[in-house]
Amino acid sequence: MTTITVNGSAHEVAVDPTTPLLYWLRDALGLNGAKYGCGLGQCGACTVVVEGEAVMSCVVPVVALDGKHVTTLEGLGTADAPGPLQRAFIDEQAAQCGFCIPGMIMRAEALLARRPDASDAEIRATLQTNLCRCGTHMRILKAVRRGADAMRAASPPAARPVRLGDAR
Amino acid sequence: MTAPLVIDRRTVLRGTGALVLGFALRPVGAAEAAEPAGEGGGATGPRDLPGSLKTTPLVDSWIRVAADGNVEVLTGKAELGQGIATALVQLAAEELDLPLARVTIRTADTATTADEGYTAGSHSMQDSGSAIRAAAAEVRGLLVGEAATRWAVPAEALRVEGGAVLAPDGRRFGFGDLVSATLLHVEATPHPALKPPGRYAVVGQAVPRRDIPAKVTGGAIYVQDLRPAGMVHARVIRPPAPGARLQSLDDAAVRATPGVVAVVRDGDFLAVAAETEWGAVEAMRRLAAAARWSTPAASLPTDRPAGRAIRALPARDTVILDRGAPPAGDGLRRFASDFTRPYQAHGSIGPSCAVAHLDGDTLTVWTHTQGVFPDRAAIAEMLGFPPARVRCIHTQGSGCYGHNGADDAAGDAALVARALPGRPVRLQLMREQEAAWEPFGPAMLTRAEAALDADGRIADWSYGVWSNTHNMRPGGAGALLAARLLAKPFAPPEPKPIPQPEGGGDRNAIPLYALPNARVTHHFVPDMPLRVSAMRALGAYANVFSIESFMDELARASAQDPIAFRLRHLDDPRARDVVARARDEAAWTGRPRVPGRGRGFAFARYKNLAAYCAVAVEVEVDRDTGRLRLARAVAAVDGGQVVNPDGLRNQIEGAILQSMSWTLYEEVGFDAAGVTSVDWATYPILRFDAVPDTVEVHLVDRPGQPFLGCGECGQGPTAAAIANAVADATGARLRDLPLTRERVLAALAV
Repeated sequence: MTTITVNGSAHEVAVDPTTPLLYWLRDALGLNGAKYGCGLGQCGACTVVVEGEAVMSCVVPVVALDGKHVTTLEGLGTADAPGPLQRAFIDEQAAQCGFCIPGMIMRAEALLARRPDASDAEIRATLQTNLCRCGTHMRILKAVRRGADAMRAASPPAARPVRLGDAR
Repeated sequence: MTAPLVIDRRTVLRGTGALVLGFALRPVGAAEAAEPAGEGGGATGPRDLPGSLKTTPLVDSWIRVAADGNVEVLTGKAELGQGIATALVQLAAEELDLPLARVTIRTADTATTADEGYTAGSHSMQDSGSAIRAAAAEVRGLLVGEAATRWAVPAEALRVEGGAVLAPDGRRFGFGDLVSATLLHVEATPHPALKPPGRYAVVGQAVPRRDIPAKVTGGAIYVQDLRPAGMVHARVIRPPAPGARLQSLDDAAVRATPGVVAVVRDGDFLAVAAETEWGAVEAMRRLAAAARWSTPAASLPTDRPAGRAIRALPARDTVILDRGAPPAGDGLRRFASDFTRPYQAHGSIGPSCAVAHLDGDTLTVWTHTQGVFPDRAAIAEMLGFPPARVRCIHTQGSGCYGHNGADDAAGDAALVARALPGRPVRLQLMREQEAAWEPFGPAMLTRAEAALDADGRIADWSYGVWSNTHNMRPGGAGALLAARLLAKPFAPPEPKPIPQPEGGGDRNAIPLYALPNARVTHHFVPDMPLRVSAMRALGAYANVFSIESFMDELARASAQDPIAFRLRHLDDPRARDVVARARDEAAWTGRPRVPGRGRGFAFARYKNLAAYCAVAVEVEVDRDTGRLRLARAVAAVDGGQVVNPDGLRNQIEGAILQSMSWTLYEEVGFDAAGVTSVDWATYPILRFDAVPDTVEVHLVDRPGQPFLGCGECGQGPTAAAIANAVADATGARLRDLPLTRERVLAALAV
């Protein structure tokens, strides 16, 4: 039996092992954050964090994730208590339709966990895999920068806890 | 925003308490008379009332006051991520002097809101904003009047504060104390006492959008996120090419698969429903493999650019401007240029989705359509249901930039739901289905001709545009893809041009410039080789690209500064202000030139009656690769009274980046048999490596002036400004969209 930990809770996977992670997250767990955009790994709307790495969940079968830790948008916070990056996206009003934003946030989250001091150029390069159609790119970049600054301010390097992915 | 989106009629009625008594959307008989607003037609009607009050004049169709004094705003427009819901709440809160937190809003729903046609054409603030502001002012007057009657004091002695009417002696009535079932059930008056703009407290403020917290935290805010109890997942199997017919289908194995709930076939319409979403996808693939289709004759024109192919088709010509007469004279320098625009795709990041539920006699469809009422009419006609048996509720989807696959998905879901009574059906298109079958923005050709006099002024102007229709939206069932595939198919509606002054293919074909002698002809091409419909800005994208590129050509040919040249031909003071503002904010004259970069400028007033927009850009040209990059954009916009400046900036920033993507990269691919651009590899769009360094949007606020639609005003000017910057950097003039590397290299090689 495949077991996957999602946002801190372990779940036994009772679906066809070839099911892409995206469908299991949405259908079996009822999560909304990861979106279906292309099913081809071309747009990034389905991005989640697996063991610290940004992963396009539409092209990864659940069987490949046995024992892994997955973080989805829901794992970062709620509308009432948003996480630092989510807070930054709200503060920058960095969404129009918003459909791409969960993937943007999750990819940025993985980057900032690994590289808290990521430069603007690194942020752009990292988000290259993710598409936005409304043209919200300028605000997305500002929001990631704002979120990165907030996370650094809240957690200076010496005090930073070990994050998922760093623990491997 | 995280509350469940699924509401049934009983909840709706309960939620409004006693006040629902007597509630009606329109007077008896008016429903038939009211024309739904078209792709820019706006709400029209016989009454001299603000905005959509013309067709829906009852005050309580727009504003309702609950017993606790909280207010619900109702709009027939849809929140598409453009921020309309927040802006409309601001207007109501302002006129009622209520804290924003005490105002909620309900958007487009055929059971509960006014019919405001489509959320399109940059009309929402004009139509719905004007109506809601006026209705809120009416409500304020009615509440004050009621208090004055009860206290037997003059209304002038009373004031409104914090959701209460206050008397000079300190007595107070909360709004909820004053309202009754009949108080607000009255027709609006033509000239309600609106708050003067100088006293605005929340209008003009950057109020945070209400939908964003749910969107960035995984709230159930999209139609894709609906999960009503008992829901099944459905997928369609589209024909392999337009015109292909389903010859045979061996579906026994799929039907026997555990988890498959139904295979639905009607003529060439084929769908499958399953208990799980992945089960539906797998069943879809197996059904596609089990279906045998006829191969239609390959019939699409393959000559390029596609705009020139359009010109080869029969056209119906309309002269839309005929001013002065062509001057004779040997002293005139004459110029002519052709411009083309390819078919382009909406390309929403999430493919279209709908949830439909046949519960007893009533079919409810949750859809991200731009027009719940027209979509209802189309679905009802397709199913043979009376419209009263179909309810369409707008629920947000992925980006909406016109008529994409939303209505098709709603029609598909309705057909599957009819076959599965009692079970909600969530139907989502696959990426390749959305990409291949969505109605595209039409390919277009334009021809601009002009003569300059010895003084460098435009002495003569002639312009023609060849285009398909830009509106094949629902209304009739034949607008739905599924309805065309049924065993008893519905024919697509006859394509029609959208008349001036808004226009369709000829939108913005008439320049705003003061031209003494000018002729403009719309060559309307009814035949549609590819399926087309409304895409953001309609013909204005190509027409403004053409006109503003040509203005730049004329200025350069006569050695005039392109901005000064425009101002020489521009009388409208608001237009002049916007041009000057963009020029100054961009430091057009003083800013040092960056090597390898060109500067470009363009201006238009959208539809010649909505927002004014000027854009100045700097574009990098890589001469080795032909790659262009928009490095800097500075826009100035006059949209009349600004309700939410940050929301407006967000729209304009988006317009600039989206138009940049259209302009540099985008062209629907097709061969003689069908569409070949079916994913993001075959239809590339903007990625982060090409995002500008800076985008500035400067708003020219006009307090008290009417709202001017802004959502589409940036598309055309951005395109022309980019092409003009390329000409500035290289001397090469690119007239065929998109401005690809290949075209840049070819132009540089000349």
